[in-house]
Amino acid sequence: MYTQALDIPQPKGEPKGPRVVENADYQAEFDAKIDAGGFIEAKDWMPEAYRKTLVRQISQHAHSEIVGMLPEGNWITRAPSLKRKAILLAKVQDEGGHGLYLYAAAETLGVSRDELYEALLDGRAKYSSIFNYPTLTWADIGVIGWLVDGAAIMNQIPLCKCSYGPYSRAMVRICKEESFHQRQGYDLLLQMMKGTPEQREMVQDAVNRWWWPSIMMFGPHDKDSQHSETSMRWGIKRISNDDLRQKFVDATVKQAEVLGITLPDPDLKWNEARGHYDFGAIDWEEFWSTVNGHGQCNVDRIAARRKAWEEGAWVREAALEHARKQAAREKVAA
Amino acid sequence: MTQQNIATPEHIEYVLRMGDNALILGQRLSEWCGHAPVLEEDMALANTALDLIGQARLLLTHAGKLEGQGRDEDQLAFLRVERDYRNVTLTELPNEDFGRTVVRNFLFAAFQVLLYQRLATSSDAELAAIAAKSLKEARYHLSHAGEWVIRLGDGTELSHARAQAALDYLWPYTAEFFAANPADDAVAAAGIGPAWASLEPEWEALVVPVLNEATLTVPARTPFRTYGKFGRHSEHMGHLLATMQYMQRTYPGAQW
Ligand SMILES: [Fe+2]
Ligand SMILES: [Fe+2]
Repeated sequence: MYTQALDIPQPKGEPKGPRVVENADYQAEFDAKIDAGGFIEAKDWMPEAYRKTLVRQISQHAHSEIVGMLPEGNWITRAPSLKRKAILLAKVQDEGGHGLYLYAAAETLGVSRDELYEALLDGRAKYSSIFNYPTLTWADIGVIGWLVDGAAIMNQIPLCKCSYGPYSRAMVRICKEESFHQRQGYDLLLQMMKGTPEQREMVQDAVNRWWWPSIMMFGPHDKDSQHSETSMRWGIKRISNDDLRQKFVDATVKQAEVLGITLPDPDLKWNEARGHYDFGAIDWEEFWSTVNGHGQCNVDRIAARRKAWEEGAWVREAALEHARKQAAREKVAA
Repeated sequence: MTQQNIATPEHIEYVLRMGDNALILGQRLSEWCGHAPVLEEDMALANTALDLIGQARLLLTHAGKLEGQGRDEDQLAFLRVERDYRNVTLTELPNEDFGRTVVRNFLFAAFQVLLYQRLATSSDAELAAIAAKSLKEARYHLSHAGEWVIRLGDGTELSHARAQAALDYLWPYTAEFFAANPADDAVAAAGIGPAWASLEPEWEALVVPVLNEATLTVPARTPFRTYGKFGRHSEHMGHLLATMQYMQRTYPGAQW
């Protein structure tokens, strides 16, 4: 589903790739290409810091897709109709596919999917904090589609024009599917809002819990954002965190009105002079505490992923061993 | 709707069995989401579950029409009591590990492929159309699961042991695929679908060569019998239904 913390610092153990020689001529050529709005491809020279930033960002994004399968997977077996069950299964499968494209994009930068994945499992790599919140009711599935996939799209549309070719192409494909997810989530909520008082209450409760975490998905304010400026210069980031957040709030208020729910922010109101909605202060303490591992589900999410990986080891070994045996048999036969 | 308005109870039951098989196995497989050994298999299992839920929707909708009492796919899927579900017991068993999951998918998909092939000539045109559409999916499930059965059986010592244990556990449940009651004779006589027992030799011919290639030992038949397709289920079924029916039971009559 998506990445928030495009610029969340990652502790030690940054994935290592081939050593890149810094060279003034290459640098000039790289800068010229970036300035002209061109794409950098995997075979092109790139500054080491550019490569590292991309590896961090793309892998955080990939991990978010994979971890995001868990909170939504939580409701597949309890989906209230067969149609909704099928839609949710297809969505979660899409998210797995997004993870695959993104790991493949990261691999073009000289890191392997397994080493990136291990960094996730041992807690070195970050993923979007939004998935550290629990999915408590069926309405959460609709709200995640509407707000979380919606915020993801806001964040990701500019990445379709990201300067790194493989990442930008992966984003084009992913964005199409994310907007489909958003529409399906919104449709789920519309249906519930037409239903019983209990259903409407369930939607409002879910919105109350997901609204603030969703607008936190755009990351810290521009003034507090460590990597933003360099990322902007490199064409990895095109629009600032605060501008994206504003765009998201402006678009969402109207959708909330159509739905007939109240966004849980008493300070949310139209500002004629700015031509935008004003909104209340974000609780950054909660944001950072969740990013730093103290959200309700951080431990459980990683534990679930680690359990799957460890319990699947025998299966992966079997596949490798069978392939080795096959190769040996073919050699004998040849 | 060119379908006949009045179908015999046997006819409805026959379609329900197929729909419930797809529904219950689809429900089981969807439990894997996010927990598979590799990302590609996470997606493959979700995809198989999605195909099966899709088949269940078509088959249950058709069964509801044949019944003519206004029950739609969701009323049939979520609001029956346990004794009215007609899936074979094999489909409701817990997933256990990846080995048991793929061995079950393999044994079941082989059965489904043969059944869907035979239904091409069904006197129930709607059923023939559903079977034709679903056959491609079942063939894919069979080949994907079959490849894993071979990888596990012919992989490491550990994976061989686990695949063999899964086969030993599941094999006795497959006898139920081919069991019939007198009502089933009427279905075969009306040309709606094949007599269950007639599928057994073809099923073995499809399954055994793959198990051999996987270096697994095919268990002998025992007197063990199960009766899910006649409405007598295992202890696992009630728990599966409690989860699956939770929303529909908690919020009666709500639209989702
Ligand atoms: Fe999504
Ligand atoms: Fe996604």
